[in-house]
Amino acid sequence: MKIKKYKKVAAYSLLVSSLLLSSACSNESASSDGEGENKEEISITFRSGGGTNKGLTNWLEKEVIPEFKKEHPDTTIKLAPLNVSEGDYFAKIALMLKSKNTAPDLVAEDTFMVNSDASAGYLESLDDKVKAWDDWGNFTENVKKGVIAEDGKVYGVPYNTDSRGIWYNKDLFKKAGLPVPWEPKSWDDILQAAKIIKEKSPSDVTPIWMNSGKATGEATSMQTFQMLLYGTETPLYDFDEKKWIVKSEGLVNSFKFIDTVYEEKLGPNLSQVLNGQGSSIAYQQLMPKGKLAMGIDGFWQSGTWGEEGSAPWPEAVDTLGFAPMPTENGDGAGTVTMSGGWAFSIPKNSGNKDLAWEFIKFASSKEKNLSLQLKDRNLTPRDDVAEDPNYQKIPMFDEATALLKNAQFRPAVDKYPNVSTQIQSLVEDVVTNKISPEQAAEQYQKNVTGIVGKENVIEK
Amino acid sequence: MYTGMGCGMNTDPVLSHEIQIKEKRKKDYTLFRSILFLLPTWIILLIFFVGPILLTFYFAFTNLSLTGTEAKSLEFTGFQNFVTMFQDPNFRISMVNTIVFLVFSAVIGQQVLGFILALLMKEKNTSFRRIIGIIVIAGWVTPEIVVAFCWVAFLSDNGTLNMILGNMGMKPVTWLYTFPMISVIIANIWHGTAFSMLVYQAALDDVPKSVEEAAVIDGASRFQLLLRIVLPMMKGSIVTNMILVTLQTLGVFTLIFAMTGGGPGASTQTLPIFMYNQAFVNYQLGYGTAISLILLLIGIVSSTIYIRYMKVEI
Repeated sequence: MKIKKYKKVAAYSLLVSSLLLSSACSNESASSDGEGENKEEISITFRSGGGTNKGLTNWLEKEVIPEFKKEHPDTTIKLAPLNVSEGDYFAKIALMLKSKNTAPDLVAEDTFMVNSDASAGYLESLDDKVKAWDDWGNFTENVKKGVIAEDGKVYGVPYNTDSRGIWYNKDLFKKAGLPVPWEPKSWDDILQAAKIIKEKSPSDVTPIWMNSGKATGEATSMQTFQMLLYGTETPLYDFDEKKWIVKSEGLVNSFKFIDTVYEEKLGPNLSQVLNGQGSSIAYQQLMPKGKLAMGIDGFWQSGTWGEEGSAPWPEAVDTLGFAPMPTENGDGAGTVTMSGGWAFSIPKNSGNKDLAWEFIKFASSKEKNLSLQLKDRNLTPRDDVAEDPNYQKIPMFDEATALLKNAQFRPAVDKYPNVSTQIQSLVEDVVTNKISPEQAAEQYQKNVTGIVGKENVIEK
Repeated sequence: MYTGMGCGMNTDPVLSHEIQIKEKRKKDYTLFRSILFLLPTWIILLIFFVGPILLTFYFAFTNLSLTGTEAKSLEFTGFQNFVTMFQDPNFRISMVNTIVFLVFSAVIGQQVLGFILALLMKEKNTSFRRIIGIIVIAGWVTPEIVVAFCWVAFLSDNGTLNMILGNMGMKPVTWLYTFPMISVIIANIWHGTAFSMLVYQAALDDVPKSVEEAAVIDGASRFQLLLRIVLPMMKGSIVTNMILVTLQTLGVFTLIFAMTGGGPGASTQTLPIFMYNQAFVNYQLGYGTAISLILLLIGIVSSTIYIRYMKVEI
């Protein structure tokens, strides 16, 4: 009897203690959250890996953070980069921002996600903060638009902006008998040049690179599809009507252009271009080796070849040209570029918003921003930096800035990210010959109408 | 009022009454105790298993999104997700891909190969069995992501296979782009065959020798013996293995995602990849959960078919 009782006691105490233990565990995790605030620590999340953001990382690690710590000795600034592909970055960020346990205190947002993440309630409005900040007036008005959400509030401080064009290899062009400097006047000019390159160059030279896969994410949508589409008469979105254009000749023609490039074997191998590391393959390997004649991409690629870039290539300045992207038939302004950029935002779930804001202000000063652009070779969001002689000395900077005259911006409306991923998968479908350009356009209409709703679309 | 039911066998009704009450108390106590001991498990299952399942059902009927306004205020949208799904050509493609992947890599590949291996190893000497066993099982114990990397290294443009072909004077083939489905199927067979092999080894060993001998004496050929005697006696194991392998293969994500990412285009996009793409690439969590329900449905239906068709009780 006694033994039985003992057993019983033991069993119950085991049960109780296990319950206590499990509740104790949850208590512990709750209290560790509180500790973080006392230490004055902030974490910064951005995208890394595969040579991405090398300049930004260097700038933060070697310059901004050490100097910031001198002014704020009791703080710890932790870098929490995400080593993921561009397509995965935004989903991962969105998931992290949902919870207090995972949200960083500062996050690098591509401006096209700012509106969407702000509407989701993930980001802190910086309206009051920028009003009290004199420096905000030095930011370019046009660039500021990228960080203002549909509710009219500011949700981020831009740290760069960009323009896109066609990188081309002058040596290969000369050898093929093409004019240098090259100024294509229409899409046909690009295709013609690519055909000539294909004919006259060694077989391992890829005539033209356009990001065309789902894995390259927004790069496929913006650097390839929208660079084409905005050169037609119909962009993605009609701002007067506030409606998405889901049917237009421009859509069909943009898909057709992409199709032609791959049908006529002017593009890269699918195994290269559909890869998540596609951009690195093109601009860190093929281009410096002289195996790529043309590439439609951002001006920031010149940072790749800079001293601190991921594939230093000093001759790039002389070997490469940066041609403006022509419109479809050379109509309108004749050239077009898409402009985007990145911004620092403070998550709603940030544990230390004040320190994060102090850090943003510190990192966004004229001096710091200039230093970032010198490392990263991107365009500045600040007017005063743009006028700085050191900034204007950046090679090919003139061409890149001149493009901004005809810059187009992605529609900062709620559903843009979803529409963009539709574009990406349709482009990949066309490239892999699964559907024709016409079918892609039809599918686009169907999918986008489904996403934004019948009342928000228009046919042209 | 207690009526003393079923006490006819006892001569003393009062005594039997007392015994019954005692027994009832004991029974109640045992029940109470078992409930108490099971409670933690139930609570954990409820929170971490049943809860998410119910949530999945709920989310499948909403427009829940990862970002944008719907992330803040989700709306009940009825069957909208399912309507979209059945109109989505990508869903049909994924469905076909899933079935192709399932049939060729699991039902045919792993099962048949596993069975053949088990059969060939039957009654061979132990060290032979052990060596072959270890080689096959090596594929199985390797984590899925490592398997994927091995196969990518083997099949990629500059991979081992192309190097060998190159040395033999052949042109390299972009295996993962030209034959994506075949590539992931072969990788999955390599990865999973050991499981079927182990199950069938055990099942084959369970077939009584006397029955086989009797059949041989009756003049059955080896093939007849296998088809008429051995296989029917293994039916239970075959169905169990079929169900397990099917469910495992239905859920394969890592292998395909790491090898091809579901591409090129959508040529290796099975339902789990499609679900991931919708939920985490296109930010439509609600739609993604709706797809996961369909995946669950396929698992249930195929398991039921196996059990019905093979007429076994599990």
